[in-house]
Amino acid sequence: MTTTTPVEPVRKRPARRRVARRGLGLRIYTWLVIAWLVLPIGVMIAFGFNDTTSKFNFEWEGFTLKWYADLFDHEDLTTALINSITIALASTAITTVLGTLVGLALGRYAFRGKGLSNLVLFAAISSPELVMGASLLSMFVTLNTPRGYGTVLVSHVMFSIAFVAMTVRARAVGLDPSIEEAARDLGAGPWTTFRLVTLPLVLPGVVSGALLAFALSIDDFIITNFTSGSTVTFPLWVWGSTRTGTPPQVNVMGTLLFAAGVLIAVINLVGSRRRARRA
Amino acid sequence: MARRLTPYLMMLPAGLWLAVFFAVPLIVMASLSLQEGNLVDGFRQTFHWQNYTDGLSTYGDKFVRSLWYGLLATLACIAIAYPVAYWIAFRAGDHKSTYLFLLLLPFFVSFILRTVSWKFVLADNGVVLGTLKDRGLLPDDFHVLQTTFAVVAGLTYNFLPFMVLPIYVALERIDHRVVEAARDLYAGRVQAFVRVVLPLSLPGVFAGVIMTFVPVSADYVNAAVLGGPDNTMIGNVIQSEYFNNSNYPTASALSFTLMAILLLGIFLYARVLGTKDVLEAAGR
Repeated sequence: MTTTTPVEPVRKRPARRRVARRGLGLRIYTWLVIAWLVLPIGVMIAFGFNDTTSKFNFEWEGFTLKWYADLFDHEDLTTALINSITIALASTAITTVLGTLVGLALGRYAFRGKGLSNLVLFAAISSPELVMGASLLSMFVTLNTPRGYGTVLVSHVMFSIAFVAMTVRARAVGLDPSIEEAARDLGAGPWTTFRLVTLPLVLPGVVSGALLAFALSIDDFIITNFTSGSTVTFPLWVWGSTRTGTPPQVNVMGTLLFAAGVLIAVINLVGSRRRARRA
Repeated sequence: MARRLTPYLMMLPAGLWLAVFFAVPLIVMASLSLQEGNLVDGFRQTFHWQNYTDGLSTYGDKFVRSLWYGLLATLACIAIAYPVAYWIAFRAGDHKSTYLFLLLLPFFVSFILRTVSWKFVLADNGVVLGTLKDRGLLPDDFHVLQTTFAVVAGLTYNFLPFMVLPIYVALERIDHRVVEAARDLYAGRVQAFVRVVLPLSLPGVFAGVIMTFVPVSADYVNAAVLGGPDNTMIGNVIQSEYFNNSNYPTASALSFTLMAILLLGIFLYARVLGTKDVLEAAGR
């Protein structure tokens, strides 16, 4: 025992220096991966400022702000963007309510059929979008349902429910049940307990779930492609424009959506940090 | 009594929604895949399996290619994501959430728009290759677009965050005292990693593989935007059977074959890794 103790620091010190060097390599590597991930975003932002004259906007021809001024020049592109945003808002509102209920039920109650419910959610998350889109189209064709805004909306709710449920459940599972019991012991009814105790505690999970649902909806291409009929959303319009030439306004709209998304996420992040510090 | 019904009532609206728009469509597609006919004359339920056998024999190579691309992109994702997740989980300290946020930045740009931007980056005379060619660093006829490399790189790019996050979550859960214990028991740095950290992170890799391999194998956007005629995946075939040929029975059979292959793959993979990990991934 006594003989090994003085040896310890001698063995450890050079090891720690090696750790620092190794950590540096991985840090540089991580930054390279981040740079790779961000590169196309940089290209998108840059080409929103490109003073292009050709239909295909991919050679740099000088700086201009005119695409920001002429943002709504393509009427059908504007319509597509509005469709994307309104569908995302509506589907987020519906999904958040339905998904939160499922997440709370799975996180707070023990009941028969819970395993099956988990399995269904897992299937809904891991099924290939292509198969979900194809099966929805098969059903709509068979039932002669006209495809459009409504079918896109119901399918977006369908594929985001599981994500919201999982996010809320993760939060609900970690809650101490004695807090709710205490509320009930103090005379609160089930609804009051839910409104004043349970909901505020799971709210961070609900907010993350809602943001996730919005992001999934506004970005979805594959399922929308199958269920949209002649209704066009922003991703569908971009897809269509790859053959005829993508106008710079697409890059500008992409940049503005990106900026808005990052802003909301940063506000959410700062908010949750502040809540964590207070707790 | 009412108490006991509460969770069921809470599940009901979402359950109905998923039944009508997730389960029923799959049943309808199953039935459609066993029919014959066309849009003009109508479809007849014949329960013949020819759609499946024809689909497999005609497009077998596309299935193989999709799985091959899926495998390549998934392996590339693991290779790229693991060190990143490792560094963030163990070394990023207070900046963990900042790094995760940076890795998720691509998700704030539409999937299609990102892929189109890659096309601009990789274009023959685009920002990167054009510049290198002007400097004489690359031969003029060098190109990346319309190659297998471009498609697999695009798939890896688009699905990388789906691999980083679950591996990160698994690594983050590891109790550092376990690693210290291994070191105290004279395991070398490499040995501690291989015998302690790596096995404990496997559930994360498992979840990551499911979250990347499935969507990658079924993707048709990357092959269409970044690839050429030699890179067509089964997703492109299914998409065009639905939209260009309106051949719904064949398209349905192909979709089901794809799903069956992917499910079988997941099942075999789960058997190899042990079912406990599947349940853990399912329960997450």
